[in-house]
Amino acid sequence: MYNSKVLEIFKNPKNVGIVKGANGVGKVESSVCGDIIKVYIKVSEDGIIEEAKFKAFGCPASIAAASVAAELIIGKTLEEANMETSARIVEVLGGLPEEKAYCPALAEEAIKAALEDYYKKKEKELKQ
Amino acid sequence: MEKKVYLDNAATTYVATEVLNEMMPCFNVFYGNPNSIHSFGREAVGLVDRARDRIAKAIGARSNEIYFTSGGTEADNWAIKGLAHAYAYKGKHIITSKIEHPAVLGACKALEAEGFEVTYLPVDQNGLVSLAELIHAIRKDTILISIMAVNNEVGTIQNIKAIGKTAKENDIVFHTDAVQAFGALKLDVMDMEIDAMSLSSHKIYGPKGVGALYVRNGIRIENLIDGGHQERNRRGGTTNVPGVVGFGKAAEIAIRDMHIFNQKVKSLRDYFVKEITSKIPYIKINGHPHQKVNNIVNVSFELVDGEAVLMMLDFEGIAVSTGSACLSGATEPSYVLASMGVEPELSQGSIRFSFGRSTTKADIDYTVEKLVEVIEKLRKISPQTKAGRKGDK
Repeated sequence: MYNSKVLEIFKNPKNVGIVKGANGVGKVESSVCGDIIKVYIKVSEDGIIEEAKFKAFGCPASIAAASVAAELIIGKTLEEANMETSARIVEVLGGLPEEKAYCPALAEEAIKAALEDYYKKKEKELKQ
Repeated sequence: MEKKVYLDNAATTYVATEVLNEMMPCFNVFYGNPNSIHSFGREAVGLVDRARDRIAKAIGARSNEIYFTSGGTEADNWAIKGLAHAYAYKGKHIITSKIEHPAVLGACKALEAEGFEVTYLPVDQNGLVSLAELIHAIRKDTILISIMAVNNEVGTIQNIKAIGKTAKENDIVFHTDAVQAFGALKLDVMDMEIDAMSLSSHKIYGPKGVGALYVRNGIRIENLIDGGHQERNRRGGTTNVPGVVGFGKAAEIAIRDMHIFNQKVKSLRDYFVKEITSKIPYIKINGHPHQKVNNIVNVSFELVDGEAVLMMLDFEGIAVSTGSACLSGATEPSYVLASMGVEPELSQGSIRFSFGRSTTKADIDYTVEKLVEVIEKLRKISPQTKAGRKGDK
């Protein structure tokens, strides 16, 4: 069902945990299966994602997708991170079973949610 | 060699050596067609007859009430559709339960499309069908009741004898899917007043691709496959001689060794439950506290996903199964657990462990050790927390 790359990443996921001093947090839940992915990011003054970590409640595909998603955005600018899609996550994973398409989509949503959270916080800061 | 532990015996079992030994000559020595009247054919007939006798004896039936099929799913389909069609002149209402095997539920759905009406009885938190609700559901046009003897996911044993008696009193045909019960508990079709019963070979250390449907003499059933004289004209096709011979032997052994088997798996199951309950926090054992078979235990691990647990255990060589399955984009939480009122989040973290003849205490110890690690690892990944719970780190 899963290719060896997906299994390897699921077995040893990278970037698991919480980022201390995160300034963007996104938590999304799949309406179809109940899987949950939470992404924490720490964005530097000059708009670079210095750190990204995740937590996931879900199947191997969701955990592997979240791991890849966090990996993809580390060191990227907000703009670049915003362009990382589920298609890119699937590419890195070397493919996923068709019925698992919602897993990378959920990981993408989690990134977007974390970025949005960062923008909102930033906006609030600027207003003050 | 990498350690392997097979705890998915409710999915299928290996073929017992005694069974295999009886099957082997059927491939190349006694290979005659049982329909042929020459000596080769007569030899094969003798073997098939003996197998039929063994199955009949195992359930207290007569040999001419046993029809060989390709397995449990075929037996269930044939029973539900074949009985419904044969009794449609009396009415079009069927009663079953919400936790039946997909083979029964699927056949009922097909009948609904034909215009039959089906009542799906609920179950309580332990997975039991209520007799009162069954009686309440009976109508003048009810022609068939189909309730499984043992649930395959949680192992709950239904009150088959009481259901059989109720069906008889109301002049309704009673079918039971006994695939998971066969070999785990005593089945007597006379005592339990069962009119039709589905059985399978590969759950009891027999070969795959063979099963049987018991149909009480005098009960009508539509033919399943026309165009052959096999199985009393009701299910045509050349008999799978090695398969039925293996099934017959497997059934004989299952009855012979039932007591020893139950004692063995019960002590392993109890030990396993004691170990995980003391070593892993936030778990729930699903199913009836005592009215259940000894070889199945269904556990919900809070804050984690069952498929993730399954794969992590697979990395360690341990084979288990999960009730929930991701199908076509949507995880279908186990309908059995949902019917028992288990919350979706708990259901998502459920795993079925099923023990067998070859399971050892060392297997259990190894599994518990790995399970502790796997659950801890996944809970660390999980964002789900409950105040003070282990995942909350």
